[in-house]
Amino acid sequence: MKKKINGYLLAGLIITGIILIAILVGAFWTPYSPTAMKYGRFQPPSFSHLFGTDNFGRDIFSRVLKGAGTTFSIALSTVAIGALAGTVIGAVTGYFGGLADDILMRMNDALTAFPSFLLALLVVSLVGPGNKYSVVIALGLVFIPSFARVMRTEYASLRNQNYVTGARLMGVGSIRLLSVHLLPNTIRVLLPAVTIGFNNAVLAEASMSFLGIGVTPPDASLGYMLSEAQGMIAAGPWYAIFTGSTIVLLVFGVGLIGEGLQARNREVD
Amino acid sequence: MSGILRYSLKRLCLLLVTMLLVSFLTFLAFEMVSGDPARTMLGTEATEAQITALQQELGLDKPFLVRYVRWFCGFFSGDLGLSYSYRQPVWNLIAPKLELTLWLSLMSFALTVIISIPLGIFSYHLTGGIWDWPRTAFNQLCMAIPPFFTGILVSWEFGIILRLFTPGDFPNIHTNFPGALLHLFFGAVCLSIPRIAMTVRMMRATVISEMNKAYVRTAISRGNDRHSVLTRHVLKNAMVSVVPFLGQTLAELFGAGIVVEQVLGIPGLGRFLVTSISHRDYPVVQAIVVILAFWVVLAGTAADLIDQAIDPRLRTSGPSGQFGGAAG
Repeated sequence: MKKKINGYLLAGLIITGIILIAILVGAFWTPYSPTAMKYGRFQPPSFSHLFGTDNFGRDIFSRVLKGAGTTFSIALSTVAIGALAGTVIGAVTGYFGGLADDILMRMNDALTAFPSFLLALLVVSLVGPGNKYSVVIALGLVFIPSFARVMRTEYASLRNQNYVTGARLMGVGSIRLLSVHLLPNTIRVLLPAVTIGFNNAVLAEASMSFLGIGVTPPDASLGYMLSEAQGMIAAGPWYAIFTGSTIVLLVFGVGLIGEGLQARNREVD
Repeated sequence: MSGILRYSLKRLCLLLVTMLLVSFLTFLAFEMVSGDPARTMLGTEATEAQITALQQELGLDKPFLVRYVRWFCGFFSGDLGLSYSYRQPVWNLIAPKLELTLWLSLMSFALTVIISIPLGIFSYHLTGGIWDWPRTAFNQLCMAIPPFFTGILVSWEFGIILRLFTPGDFPNIHTNFPGALLHLFFGAVCLSIPRIAMTVRMMRATVISEMNKAYVRTAISRGNDRHSVLTRHVLKNAMVSVVPFLGQTLAELFGAGIVVEQVLGIPGLGRFLVTSISHRDYPVVQAIVVILAFWVVLAGTAADLIDQAIDPRLRTSGPSGQFGGAAG
């Protein structure tokens, strides 16, 4: 079973890779200070200011680099929370079944009655708005049910495979069985789910920050910057265009990776 | 004969139970975080007598369950308590905004359905060959465009440059209905773009898997051409999967509208929800959250019932087996 890299996967990896390198560079070095207000107001894009400057005279390219970093790290931690907790819950409920399965899955059903964005808003309003970590907690919690559902189905389908029964008969413990034997076989389902979750997280974080209940200054995420940019759309449309396009490109790249992973699964089947 | 009727009745009972559960959980959650509303409303300088008086006025001296039942009935009688920040009945504040949000979600839902179903079939015809790549890439790109970004661009292009509407200045829907509708239409377009892309993708995948089934092969081997098999047989079967997806879309549109309302200055429910969250106006937040959740449950039920009507097989299998089975 040789796994090929297909076109979608390659294109997605290249786009995401470029953005990731830019973010990593931006974490240590930006062409200008992202907060200094001294580069002239509303300079259109030029070679010295790639994305132009905003109404305070800040360099937008440097701000986008930093903002993309914030957005990326929030989305990544959110997905990490959702995927980790979801995998654990899915593994336990799918493999063992029984009462825990019934209770957790009914709770899951109740939670999915709320639209995820609304649930995140609700958690933020309960935890207290205006904080980077409350966004991560809110979105992370909201993402758990969907991961749990996907992983439960996968674990339940693998439970009675011969290699699992074999391992069990040889005396392999439950924890080892779930993590060493079963987990690697769920990756093909987990990875596409992670890409979809990541994109939802980027969009959800951007929406929340855009509404002013997500990331607040001094932190700046792409969503927050876009809400800033809206006020200056007539005088400096490049601010909104470049910031928004960065979000689109990020989501597009990861979306292509997901598409490629799913296409690869279909080829293997 | 009355299979669908019985199923509907059962589904409506389930709907009521879910609504009770969802509203109870929300009420409980807010009960735990909101503290004493009377104290919050009156501030720190209030005397104990004032607080007790207000508590009585708001009905806070009653036990928790009594207050919950009264509040739940409020959804049907229009009495949802007082807003902390406006000191007005919550329902009077919400009703005009709910109307706008409903218009916005229904319009973008209509756009999604009207555009994505033909486009989904068209997208099926583009399968294979040189069109695979551009189709998938374009589809992914449309899914990646967040409605608030389109909203900013639309308000810039059509609002500020072309002056087709005034962003931030929403016309009164009762005095200037066409103007309001146009404003909402731009919002609906922004909301629909990623939804259309998702629906088209889903629809295409469903049609492909359906076209590989035995009944299609039989129909084609009998001399029917592919296109008429598609429109006459496959589409109906594909809709069984697409309808729940659309139901979910309708449910999500209601919540996704929040951001678009903010961008285009539509004074709908979403915008009000955000300001109420930042003011910690819990009675308002609580009411809006439950209304949104009711909407989600309603959309799901509607999709389920339509599915039952399309495909009678669903009535004889699954959890509702004994009902449909007895009727059939």
